[in-house]
Amino acid sequence: MFSFNTPFKFVLKHLGAALLYAYAWSAFAQAQQLGVSTDAALAQYRSMLQDANPADLYVAKGQALWTKARGPKAQSLESCDLGLGPGVVKGAWVQMPRYFNDTRRVQDLESRLVTCMEAIQGFNTQEIIAQDFSKGERANIALLAAYVSSESQGMTFKVPQEHALEREMYASGQELFYMRGGTHDFSCASCHTQDGRRIRLQDLPNLSTSAGAGFAFGTWPAYRVSMGSIWTMQQRLADCFRQQRFPKPKYVSPATVALSVFMGVNASGQVADAPGLKR
Amino acid sequence: MSDPMRIRLQSAGGLTTVKVLMSHEMESGQRKDEDGKIVPIWNIQDVFATLNGRVVMSSEWGGGVSKNPFLQFVLKGTKPGDKLSITWRDNKGDTRTDEAVVS
Amino acid sequence: MRTGRREVLKKGALVAGLLMQSLGYLRSANAYQQNAFDAKSVLDLYKSLGLSVPVESKQITLTTPEIAENGAVVQVAANTTYNNIKRWIFMVEKNPVPLVAIFNLTEDVTPAVTLRCKFAQTSDFLAVAQLNDGKVFFARKEVKVTLGGCGG
Repeated sequence: MFSFNTPFKFVLKHLGAALLYAYAWSAFAQAQQLGVSTDAALAQYRSMLQDANPADLYVAKGQALWTKARGPKAQSLESCDLGLGPGVVKGAWVQMPRYFNDTRRVQDLESRLVTCMEAIQGFNTQEIIAQDFSKGERANIALLAAYVSSESQGMTFKVPQEHALEREMYASGQELFYMRGGTHDFSCASCHTQDGRRIRLQDLPNLSTSAGAGFAFGTWPAYRVSMGSIWTMQQRLADCFRQQRFPKPKYVSPATVALSVFMGVNASGQVADAPGLKR
Repeated sequence: MSDPMRIRLQSAGGLTTVKVLMSHEMESGQRKDEDGKIVPIWNIQDVFATLNGRVVMSSEWGGGVSKNPFLQFVLKGTKPGDKLSITWRDNKGDTRTDEAVVS
Repeated sequence: MRTGRREVLKKGALVAGLLMQSLGYLRSANAYQQNAFDAKSVLDLYKSLGLSVPVESKQITLTTPEIAENGAVVQVAANTTYNNIKRWIFMVEKNPVPLVAIFNLTEDVTPAVTLRCKFAQTSDFLAVAQLNDGKVFFARKEVKVTLGGCGG
């Protein structure tokens, strides 16, 4: 029968400490190991889905929408000018945002699609802007964006900076990118100016570098697995604003376009790979 | 009218790998919508593949299959010109068939 | 690219009609096994399918990601060196409904099948191979999930 005499208590006390130490060490070692193999495991998960990206289904839907006569004027978008001439879709996306003569402003893809939807098809711009993402015509814009961006797959970004307004928008975008605000004093830069960072398991591309900007700007619109739908860059920006505790940005507002100009120009020379695949 | 499937065939030495991406919501009946109501079950229940009219694989699915399902399998003894057809049917009775030809 | 959509649609409808008849045939041969898709546990599932409890086998290989960053879409694959496999039963053990899919194979396909499944949480993926002689074998592999797939 055990008696809790002094030597036994001594052993117990130190055994406890030893076990605790051993556990902490193994947890630490496991965490270290997890850090390295987590990246590899996630890469494996993502590559398994890339082979047949569900976004392809949405590209097909977007293409059908592009050619379909719709809206009050019952016209298709086939005469829409995305910067390379009416109806030219191939290669247009990697040169956006850009200045447009007819609207006399710099526009990103979604802003330009809204312009065409109103001018050619008779849709109401204000209604589109007031709508929620993933609903009504905004959902259709996501499909169109998937299609248009896919027509620039594999091409390199050359977002123009010829026009004075294009340069001005870059400067505005840069300022907005670094501007801290909101209840948490966040800026885009808070999360997006360092290499190798992530939130939980989501990598945070460094948007101040060419490679980071190229990756981010070149893979949205994307099929978002968690939502089972296409998210556009405008939607991604709006969600960033939400996460920064910023007020909701107005759809296709100059501020949102400016941020795209900033990213797009930073992405010069990088290869477009949209629509992408995201969590 | 349901959206078309995307079927990709890769043939080598009489074996053809079939990769199918289907367009379907695949509601499992577990999900709640924004108002907190359960979204009713809406999923593909039967899938089958025929080669030159002969059934080569049939399958039963439940709500545990992902939205926009992806299925891959391998056909044996194929030759150029063989016609593969894939059909799905969901719990609402909707059905979709798409075809591809082995090259 | 604009093919004759009307022709394709018509032909599609005709083909669909013919295939619906085959489906009807298949239905009577293998009626949709609602009971199996109602089973809430793996053991209940075996019972509802009339299977004896399978034996673990190294002749079945599973290809799954170690970690799924989203449980809504997890690509899993099963293959086997058994050459007389009649059907696969794919299960995600901890899903509300463990049965994901049943594949009935013929001699015209190899045993290798890949499917994208939902994982409600970190769980084992199980693939049961039922052979022509009635024997049943299984393999299991864990997939860690970082975000639930059924409601997110």
